Amino acid sequence: MSVDLQLRFDSEAITEFSKANQEPAWFLEKRLAGLKAAGELQLPVLEKTKIDKWNIQQFVPFQASSPVASVQELDEVVKAQIDLDNVSNLLVQKNASVQFFAVTDELKQQGVIFAPLATALKEHGDLVQKYFQQVIALDEHKLTALHTAVVSGGVFLYVPKNVEVKVPLQAVYQVAGDDALVSPHVLIVAEANSKVSYVDTFVSGEGNNMVVNSIVEAFVGPGANVQVASVRTLSVDVHDYNFRRATVDRDGTMEWVLGEMNDGNTVSNNTTLLKGQASTAETKTISVGTGSQRQNLTSQVQHFGTHSESNMVSKAVMTGEAVSILNGITKIEKGAEKANGEQAENVLMLSDKARGDANPILLIDEDDVKAGHAASVGRFSEESIYYLMSRGISRQAAERLIILGFLDPVVAEIPIEEVQNRLRQALERKLG
Amino acid sequence: MTAIPHLQIKNLRAKIEDKEILKGMNLEIKGGEVHAIMGPNGTGKSTLASTLMGHPKFEVTEGEVLINGEDLLDMAVDERARAGLFLAMQYPSEVSGVTNSDFLRSAINARRGEGNEISLMKFIREMDKKMSTLEMDESFSHRYLNEGFSGGEKKRNEILQMMMIEPSICILDEIDSGLDIDALKVVANGVNEMRTADRGFLIITHYQRLLNYIKPDFVHVMMQGRIVKSGGPELAERLEAEGYDWIKEELGIEDETVNANV
Repeated sequence: MSVDLQLRFDSEAITEFSKANQEPAWFLEKRLAGLKAAGELQLPVLEKTKIDKWNIQQFVPFQASSPVASVQELDEVVKAQIDLDNVSNLLVQKNASVQFFAVTDELKQQGVIFAPLATALKEHGDLVQKYFQQVIALDEHKLTALHTAVVSGGVFLYVPKNVEVKVPLQAVYQVAGDDALVSPHVLIVAEANSKVSYVDTFVSGEGNNMVVNSIVEAFVGPGANVQVASVRTLSVDVHDYNFRRATVDRDGTMEWVLGEMNDGNTVSNNTTLLKGQASTAETKTISVGTGSQRQNLTSQVQHFGTHSESNMVSKAVMTGEAVSILNGITKIEKGAEKANGEQAENVLMLSDKARGDANPILLIDEDDVKAGHAASVGRFSEESIYYLMSRGISRQAAERLIILGFLDPVVAEIPIEEVQNRLRQALERKLG
Repeated sequence: MTAIPHLQIKNLRAKIEDKEILKGMNLEIKGGEVHAIMGPNGTGKSTLASTLMGHPKFEVTEGEVLINGEDLLDMAVDERARAGLFLAMQYPSEVSGVTNSDFLRSAINARRGEGNEISLMKFIREMDKKMSTLEMDESFSHRYLNEGFSGGEKKRNEILQMMMIEPSICILDEIDSGLDIDALKVVANGVNEMRTADRGFLIITHYQRLLNYIKPDFVHVMMQGRIVKSGGPELAERLEAEGYDWIKEELGIEDETVNANV
């Protein structure tokens, strides 16, 4: 490992921030434990990607931004993600501060808690404590420890038993300014037979040397259905580390829809633990590699429950000199009889200098299961190009249709139209 | 309107890898005419269609093709299409993620050119109308191009594209294969709707059956990579009744395929 540079914050700054936000004592303890562990733990070991020279901890945390009274006053890059005429359940965060928050009465009447994490810590501290870091531990590695030390913002989402939330809940996180950090923690708890969809977007403003270190933890109760859609369009000046993990009880379903559209270096790990019998996981990821960015994107499902089912699809388009490592890990534990895990990684190469590795990994400790994988790395199908051109479409336009078509089945799954449209724009921009 | 469309094929020779398949093909198609090319398997019929459209696998070694007096062989595939040529393919590609309607609108607008795009309303109206002629379910417009379509659905979709794009020279490559009689009638109906003085057709088929529904003006028999006999509709009927042996006998052909040394 390289020599650790001096951190640009200390336990005093952390304590001060925690006190200013009236956080409960247990939370401050976690932060300080995180800071200590960050100094001791190693970085996560990643397949074919060395990140020790990346910007891991050179940021200035707790940078405040002013709240706004109306969504109209938000930065343009944020406004573009929102249906401004129909603001219902929305959190907007810039660096360490929540700038705007809205929740409907309807949601409250249903008993749903949708709150900024800081508010939830004050108002529902015990409930947050019960779940916080129960699927992603503080001390997994240096990045989770650092996250714990400097976490600010994020949401707490609690859906009571049998409650179905009809509209998707939205969050937009912006990192902006030199050395800025955005480090939200999203905690989703869906009780038995409930249903909810949460959509977030990560965007960046002007600035150098920015970092995002975010965590999502989801607890899917028996028969519950949780969808998390996340789109990241961070600039080349941002290093992005994100860890998402869900644990799913019997008959529950966890669905991930992920658009990894950053221009900068990215580490993403998305894991679902299928604990319960007949639990299900769906993971769909798209990414576009541009410039000279490095990405390591892992999708993982671990089967414990019998009859559990998973399906992972990762699609990447590679341009420029970008390097992307796509890992798909299906692990079936002993006792997970009749489990079925399918995965596919498809990489479309548009440049000779780019590199896209698809690594399907099946780890199976039970005999009575089904599992499969399909991986492909390739160029355009010349037959398809010929077909489109035979209808008068130019080669360039035909290639574009095919690239967008390759990714569109995942884009179309995102439940908020504005986010979907911005994702399509991000695609167009990245594909030049 | 423009002058009557005109496709001239002169002594066309083409090969795939090192194997010559078209061995001196001559044919002329004008607006208002329907030509049928018949012939047993392996005589070069589909190669002719693919070569005219510009499939990258086939290489022209000799000859000339003119569309409205312009050198077709000098054009890229998309330019050939924009010059008015259309090929309803025997095995159209499946293109995931591209909806039928997005694809068709791109194709139409590619022909109309920038600044002259078809209005969305007009496009939807036209598409609805033509899909109903072809007895296609509305859902086809939002489905991904040919993905998961049955053989018959793909054929209808080819004809739908032809009806929407309104080309001036239409080649149908075994559009009847895999169609039951009802579907065949529907497809023929679509083609017949498009028969006008400013559009020419080249219909490639094994079977006379299709020609009961689309009446050709000229029938040609292809063997050994070129046309060996031409006539009117009565030629197709005789082929249906007697097969191809009498032609082979008449011309002294033993092996009718392109494998024969000629």
